Amino acid sequence: MKFTENVKPDVTTDIVYMMCPMHLLKLEEQMKELEPGQILEIMTDYDGALEDIPAWCEKTGNEFLGMEDSGDFFKFYIKKLAR
Amino acid sequence: MKKIYLDHVATNPLHPEALDAMMPYLKEEFGNPLSVYEYGMRAKAAIEGAREQVAGLVNAKPAEIIFTANGAEANNFALRGIALAKQNEGKHVLVSRMEHHSILNSARFLEKNGFAVTYLPVDKKGFVDPETVKKAITKETVLISVTHASSEVGTIEPIREIVRIAKEKNIIVHTDAVATTGNIPVDVKDLGVDLLSMAAHQFYGPKGAGALYVKQGIRIVPLIYGGIQESGRRAGTENVPAIVGMGKAAELAKAEMPKRTEYLKPLRDRIIDTMVGVERVYLTGDRENRLPAHASFCVEYIEGEAMLLLLAAKGLFSASGSACSSKALKASPVLLSMGISSSLAQGSIVFSLGTMNTPGDVDYLLTEFPAVIKRLREISPYAQGWGDREEGGEECTVKE
Repeated sequence: MKFTENVKPDVTTDIVYMMCPMHLLKLEEQMKELEPGQILEIMTDYDGALEDIPAWCEKTGNEFLGMEDSGDFFKFYIKKLAR
Repeated sequence: MKKIYLDHVATNPLHPEALDAMMPYLKEEFGNPLSVYEYGMRAKAAIEGAREQVAGLVNAKPAEIIFTANGAEANNFALRGIALAKQNEGKHVLVSRMEHHSILNSARFLEKNGFAVTYLPVDKKGFVDPETVKKAITKETVLISVTHASSEVGTIEPIREIVRIAKEKNIIVHTDAVATTGNIPVDVKDLGVDLLSMAAHQFYGPKGAGALYVKQGIRIVPLIYGGIQESGRRAGTENVPAIVGMGKAAELAKAEMPKRTEYLKPLRDRIIDTMVGVERVYLTGDRENRLPAHASFCVEYIEGEAMLLLLAAKGLFSASGSACSSKALKASPVLLSMGISSSLAQGSIVFSLGTMNTPGDVDYLLTEFPAVIKRLREISPYAQGWGDREEGGEECTVKE
């Protein structure tokens, strides 16, 4: 897993306590709204996101910047890339 | 253009007689069942009548039926309610990998709250092997939840055998019978389960009504606290019209079940027999032990969503795998758990029939669907050079 810190997100989505597949639905929904170069932060405590979010980035050609573990939940940072 | 609904595992139209039964409770019979005057008494009587009808459908006692808003609530209630009630005896729960999200996500909730959960594997037909249940049981196990049938692949699980193993160890068994109740005979005494979930709209009742069967003597922690409704086990003013509709639909399902099955099974068999004859189309789930109106396939080299769109353009409405993605992304976790490769699992499609479907509808599907497959394969980059690969047919081959 790639870790990161002090990333400044443009948009933050809080889906703590939400279960599968909300992490992927929200991710897709929010990324559509972003401009290329902007960064999305997703806060979630769903373990499945650890595999799914980096995999989603690879599949869709967006950049997975890394994650932070804040104890109670994870923060994932994704940069939208131009298609 | 014809519009043919082939997604009855998603939901069903309301039976006209159930609607008729509901109408007074949407209009003049608006009383709160807790009220002590006549409006309330009539609403209360209506709910109790429905409780008898629902109990009759599954061979339970009326007092063993707790009405809920839907199947998902019943499943959440069962898992959390039993786990919490039994936590002093142990904190281990078994669920199968075939379960609906209302079970899987409830299990994940339990995991986050100090319980251990074992996710039971299934074989390539989607069966949970009772022997794996036996091996997974520990001294800490307090609850086993295995679906009666998966709406995704239609396989009917060996609940009786699982119950027999569980009872040797005094473990409570729940089954999610949302896909089966009202569609095949469901008898709580014959199955031997302690808890069983059901949903009205799966047997031509209304949305907004479900139920959990809880065997007499089983203690369960409520999911919703408040008033004394449902003997204090599920608070909140009852959805009287929906409950009445559920009762009527249950009565009709019980009476009409043999006739409905006799009508639907041959239609389903025609779909299966024809489609497994199409090159690289595989039946998912078991051929014999499956829901009577359910035909599910994996079509190689094509994405499920593309098939759905082209079929919808022809007026044929069906469904692909589950809404959830997994680490493989876009492939159904149920199909993956059966050992189907992630690429093949992407070509998943489910047709589920209902009483309003005609033999003509099936003819139309069986003309249009192979044509849709052919058209999509012509434009699929994956379909190139497939001649050297193995044959299709009844067995959904396990690859990778």
